[in-house]
Amino acid sequence: MLHIINKSPAERNALDSCLNVAQDGGVILLIEDAVYAATQGNEAEAKLRDALSRFKVFALAPDLEARGMGDRVMEGVATVDYGGFVDLVTEHKNCQSWL
Amino acid sequence: MSTIEVNGKSYETDEEGYLVNLTEWNEDVGNYLAQTESVEMTDQHWEVINFLRDYYNEFQIAPAVRVLTKAIGKKLGADKGTSQYLYDLFPYGPAKQACKIAGLPKPTGCV
Amino acid sequence: MSEGTIKKFMFVNRKAPYGTIYALESLEVVLITAAFDQDVSLVFMDDGVFQLKKGQQTKGIENKNFSPTYRALDGYDIEKLYVEEEALAARGLSEDDLLVDVIVMSRAELGKLMNDMDVVLSF
Repeated sequence: MLHIINKSPAERNALDSCLNVAQDGGVILLIEDAVYAATQGNEAEAKLRDALSRFKVFALAPDLEARGMGDRVMEGVATVDYGGFVDLVTEHKNCQSWL
Repeated sequence: MSTIEVNGKSYETDEEGYLVNLTEWNEDVGNYLAQTESVEMTDQHWEVINFLRDYYNEFQIAPAVRVLTKAIGKKLGADKGTSQYLYDLFPYGPAKQACKIAGLPKPTGCV
Repeated sequence: MSEGTIKKFMFVNRKAPYGTIYALESLEVVLITAAFDQDVSLVFMDDGVFQLKKGQQTKGIENKNFSPTYRALDGYDIEKLYVEEEALAARGLSEDDLLVDVIVMSRAELGKLMNDMDVVLSF
């Protein structure tokens, strides 16, 4: 299953809710303000690092670049462009957006 | 939305005549917009227009008149950094007229 | 507000840019306020510190990159930009990551500054 998160981890609990519920082997895609969760030195970094053992995590590259964060993505998180976003959606049988 | 035609090419403008897409601007478009404002362009006019375009490229906004006046004085000489000078060139206001001729949006805080 | 009265205005910016419209709206109101010759302070706290991050490239998301406009504030005589120290640290950022000169302050100091204002606007 694909989980999409678009809220900053410092402002909303969408990432926490997702991590509480998502089943091992799932895929998490961080977009919009959620991409800050995947940057080096942010307070959610440890939480996301733990999650990497259970999930594959992606962050949307255009959203990282817009925020000046394209060069500080934490290790283990892969980036995708809009085409990759579409591929992730079509590859999974279902999808939850944690608004 | 309406359109203007310059040298056989059409350009979109908003309801007040400001160019919609500032990357489409060129000197001919500037001259055309100046005509619609009844401004006869001289080197002094172009100096202000070019300054405004540079300012927009750097800061992504059209400056308020007070800010423009101060910045012009700094860049082009104190004699030109007065509202008198700018209003002589653009009688209906440097914000309204010069920004329009330069292809910029109406300045934020234009009051 | 009667003419000639200068009040202390503080704009409190707590949201990241682009994800919501707050950052851009705040910036526009700040620029308009500048026309009224008031005593204006800007505070960037929580996710608001992201507004000042260097190197924003918005072509990919087809949004206007308004970050260069923070550098125009000086020309509008808006020189008091305060940034929350703890917010920078929590986001792996330092003062060098910011695109304008700011005053970095602790939460406690910001709180005192806020207390001292006539008008506080929240974004």
